[in-house]
Amino acid sequence: MSQPYMFEKPLGLRDTLPRAQQEISRLELIFQRELQRWGYDFIKTPALEYAETIGRASAIADNRLFKFLDAEGHPVVLRPDMTTPIARIAASSLRNAPLPLRLSYTADLYRSQRKEGGHPSEFEQTGAELIGDATPYADVEVISLMMSLLEKSGLASVRLAVGHVGFVNAFFYDLVKDKEIVKQLRNLLYNKNDVGFHEYVASLNLPIDAAKRLNAFVDSRRMNNEETLAYIETLVSGSATPVHSYYRNILKLIHLLKLDHLESQIDLDITLVPHLSYYTGFVFQGFGGNLGFPVASGGRYDDLLAKFNRPCPATGFGIRLDRLMSAIKIPDDKRSKRKSAVIYNRENAGIAMRFAAEEREKGHAVVLQHADGIDNPDTFEQQFESVNYFLDRTETGE
Amino acid sequence: MNQSVITIAMPKGRIFGDACKLLRNAGFRLPDTFETTRKLILDLESEPFRFILAKPVDVPTYVEYGAADLGISGKDVLLESGRDVYEMVDLGISKCHMAVAGLPGHQSRNPFLKIATKYPKIASDFYRRRGEQVDLIALNGSIELAPIVGLADAIVDIVSSGQTLKENGLVEYDRLLDISSRLIVNPVSYRLKKTQIDQIVEKMIRATEGTKIGMD
Repeated sequence: MSQPYMFEKPLGLRDTLPRAQQEISRLELIFQRELQRWGYDFIKTPALEYAETIGRASAIADNRLFKFLDAEGHPVVLRPDMTTPIARIAASSLRNAPLPLRLSYTADLYRSQRKEGGHPSEFEQTGAELIGDATPYADVEVISLMMSLLEKSGLASVRLAVGHVGFVNAFFYDLVKDKEIVKQLRNLLYNKNDVGFHEYVASLNLPIDAAKRLNAFVDSRRMNNEETLAYIETLVSGSATPVHSYYRNILKLIHLLKLDHLESQIDLDITLVPHLSYYTGFVFQGFGGNLGFPVASGGRYDDLLAKFNRPCPATGFGIRLDRLMSAIKIPDDKRSKRKSAVIYNRENAGIAMRFAAEEREKGHAVVLQHADGIDNPDTFEQQFESVNYFLDRTETGE
Repeated sequence: MNQSVITIAMPKGRIFGDACKLLRNAGFRLPDTFETTRKLILDLESEPFRFILAKPVDVPTYVEYGAADLGISGKDVLLESGRDVYEMVDLGISKCHMAVAGLPGHQSRNPFLKIATKYPKIASDFYRRRGEQVDLIALNGSIELAPIVGLADAIVDIVSSGQTLKENGLVEYDRLLDISSRLIVNPVSYRLKKTQIDQIVEKMIRATEGTKIGMD
């Protein structure tokens, strides 16, 4: 690599300037308040973790991990997600805490990305994990919580796609009876490649009925919720028991979402397969605003804690603050916090300081600035909502 | 639900004529000047559709970032770009295939084969799967030149009629995969404008039935 320019940062990393940071803080505050109201406790974990533990369990592709050696020569990674470190904590330090656990976090995550705008290697995420509850009630709780956070953030037209990887796996296995093929089919769903899916099914030489069911499965994405449910019912007739139990699981969830009045914002899509491979049950993605990418995602991961020797069901979600920020449109006047300035001279230092202190006590943002320290008064004053001058030349006796 | 405008990214060039014909068959009322205009953005008067005319390799980019809700793109471009979009319908138009070609009877004197291509990702995937180590040379056009002037031992490129290869004295060594145009959809648009997009997808599927050969 050639010598970097003075202003350059490592690939994929970026600075957050005051304006953007203000918006991020606003979101953090809203999220923190709401998560606490739902009884979730915040925790923090280190940015560096061992590659053999978190790195491996996180299911982020190896080439996307930031991996290096620590001072003792152990391979370490910058945490690529927070769910895995939280699973580690639940399985170790909080092993004896009563279940279910409700934990939340706001943290920077690191994933090495391709060289392109809009895909930073470091991004902030707020999320929640509900650990130790296997019922669909827990799934509904995290879904409602995520929707509530997205609504409160000011995101327009919030929508949620819900799928169930457990059902997908069981349904595919029941038809093809081969784990490798199931993996291939699931991969095609993950790549959103419907054309490839149909081609692959055609190449398998399956019995006509099985092939028909697989093809119809993908096309079910184009149905509305009622149709999808009715359709799943026809799919499970004659299937093995696990498929049935997952189906009842889906029915239960939809019923509960109706109770929570969320049904109109939800698109039941049984073909939804998100990237993280540790998901075992319900999976979901949140969309909204004017952004081409999902702003939030989550799901059930009942096998992850077993990797840390504490088998335990769990479900949760994460909201990407960088994406949410670009998806929300806030009018400029609401976006910037109103600040006022107090400009003073030597003679008025005492009153100016008292005045500023009183204003701050009332909750206003005040910049206290001595006139001699200002480079260009015109451009300086332009930044403020209002300016108070304490520039009288007469001595006040202080 | 209110009818929001649906933006469709169209590939200018080779595929454009076929794509327009298919859209007309699908019931889109495109103006007569659609194929000849030099405008880059066209709004339909009667329906809430906006078309943007982009360079073919850029269509998946517009769609991935959500600047367009839908797009028509060749499978070659999709594979090369690896964009995160729904590939919903094989439109069965602008069919061709990806092939390895070179001079007849050519014997390489290089320790590793030198392959010139506009599709470095597709070519590299193909040779990696075969466990063959090759040196790739990325070019942007007139790939057929490379083996003739000795820049490469072979090329990986799309072949439709085979006429270009023939006129330049090249022969096909290997066939990689079949290619046709696909209807692609932005994953978020799909959620936010589901009803409208589903309708378009259904219309395109019906219009496509006629163009497909060898499908039941």
